[in-house]
Amino acid sequence: MQFSWDFFSQHLFEPSSFFLHGLWLTLCISVISQSIGTTIGVAGALGTQSRFRIIRALVAFYTWIFRGTPLLVQIVFIYTALAAAGIFRFDDINLGFVVIPGNIQAGIVALSLNEGAYMTEIVRAGILAVDHGQTEAAKSLGMTYFKLMRRIILPQAVRVIIPPLGNEFNAMLKNTTLLSVIGVPEMMQVTGTQVSATFRAFELYGVVALYYLLLTTLWGFVQRAIDRRFGTAGQGVVARESMVGGLRRLLLPRRDAAR
Amino acid sequence: MSGEILEAIGGAPVTSAPYVVEASGVDKWFGPLQVLKSVSLTVKRGEVVVIVGPSGSGKTTFIRCLNHLEKIQQGRILVNGHLIGYRERNGRLYEDSERNIARQRQEIGMVFQRFNLFPHLTALGNIIEAPVQVRGVAKVEAVETARALLARVGLSDKADAYPAQLSGGQQQRVAIARALAMRPSLMLFDEATSALDPEMIGEVLEVMKELAREGMTMIAVTHEMGFAREVADRVVMMDDGRIIEDTDPEQFFTAPRSERSKAFLARILR
Repeated sequence: MQFSWDFFSQHLFEPSSFFLHGLWLTLCISVISQSIGTTIGVAGALGTQSRFRIIRALVAFYTWIFRGTPLLVQIVFIYTALAAAGIFRFDDINLGFVVIPGNIQAGIVALSLNEGAYMTEIVRAGILAVDHGQTEAAKSLGMTYFKLMRRIILPQAVRVIIPPLGNEFNAMLKNTTLLSVIGVPEMMQVTGTQVSATFRAFELYGVVALYYLLLTTLWGFVQRAIDRRFGTAGQGVVARESMVGGLRRLLLPRRDAAR
Repeated sequence: MSGEILEAIGGAPVTSAPYVVEASGVDKWFGPLQVLKSVSLTVKRGEVVVIVGPSGSGKTTFIRCLNHLEKIQQGRILVNGHLIGYRERNGRLYEDSERNIARQRQEIGMVFQRFNLFPHLTALGNIIEAPVQVRGVAKVEAVETARALLARVGLSDKADAYPAQLSGGQQQRVAIARALAMRPSLMLFDEATSALDPEMIGEVLEVMKELAREGMTMIAVTHEMGFAREVADRVVMMDDGRIIEDTDPEQFFTAPRSERSKAFLARILR
């Protein structure tokens, strides 16, 4: 079969609604899984600092399992193996306006748990990077552990966490392709279906590759903008910026720019 | 500096206990190394105690024990009549709950050698953080107090500056204001001027002297002998984990009793 430029450009520039839905699903699953994974990471990182040995052991066990086995295996295990053993089956959830199929739920659970294990290490490194004097100052003012973490340590750890977090999200966008094996109709799975219908593998996989490249490139721009504010690149500026204020200014449109 | 600093927080704190600090027989070990050897010290309300001694003598460790930043292995520390960091049950001491320890620390202000201001908050944000988050003071009220404190340490115009934009001396004055905003009944100064450039030491010492004159109960670990001489009620000399001299400054500087003190003074007063 000859390469068809028309077929290629049509799918690249006028993608089917089927494909666009896959793109949307890829984005949704990535954002949701990264959010849950980051939350797990914060909890896990605090767990590694716990004075209770059992909590530290549980966190260590969790990161050991999820960093030590392939993500693909985790996905299949959580969706297929658990159901096969009769331990847990992901059923569709009807939220009224939308139905969330079981395989998407399982996919999000697997990606989140996997991500949580990596984020645990990243957040932990961020917390450890904050000068111990900060903890002492906060304690001397009468703050309890959780208050000083939330108000003093984590806001400062964010600066160390953000660059690797950006890389994690980049990987997350691409890792969603693995959900195609459990039939989640994200971009990769949709493309696979189209390939079996048309046998235009080169054109269609070329298109999907370009779409992933587009997503990661766009994310790269966002990441660089965030890094400029928080990362080591602009330390002089960063030191003066309130972390939360900085993030708010970054995410919300500037008032003076609206004129 | 304008007006009395403590006016900003409603005057020197009143406590019912005659002794603000009562430490007795405090032992502290770092692993196999004993850094405090049966240290006992009482501090009356309004008293200014300066602790001096060579490095490694345990003076910093001792004042860190007073707000339980360090655990102790033996002895008792009472602040305002309350046991710090421990609860007594059947004659044995058990470490207190985190919540209780945090509550006790609210009464004890601490100023660190390296300032330890929160870099993600402005000067004002640093000062209102604990009153709002810990004491539950209304933000408007906390801001008002914070501005008054900033004015009195001479930094009215720096309320919105971040720590990185301030000089060391300015940072340390903000740190003092931050500690005072909690209305502590005791202030601990851990070598508060040691990390400062020489030309900035004066401005911090001025604030500390003013606090001393206004009746704040203070314990200061310092190498500033001028400060000790001018405002201290007592000078406590520590060496090798022990208090070896506890006397008024006049006596200490003119006729120290122990040979160790003499040698120390000879070195430091060159």
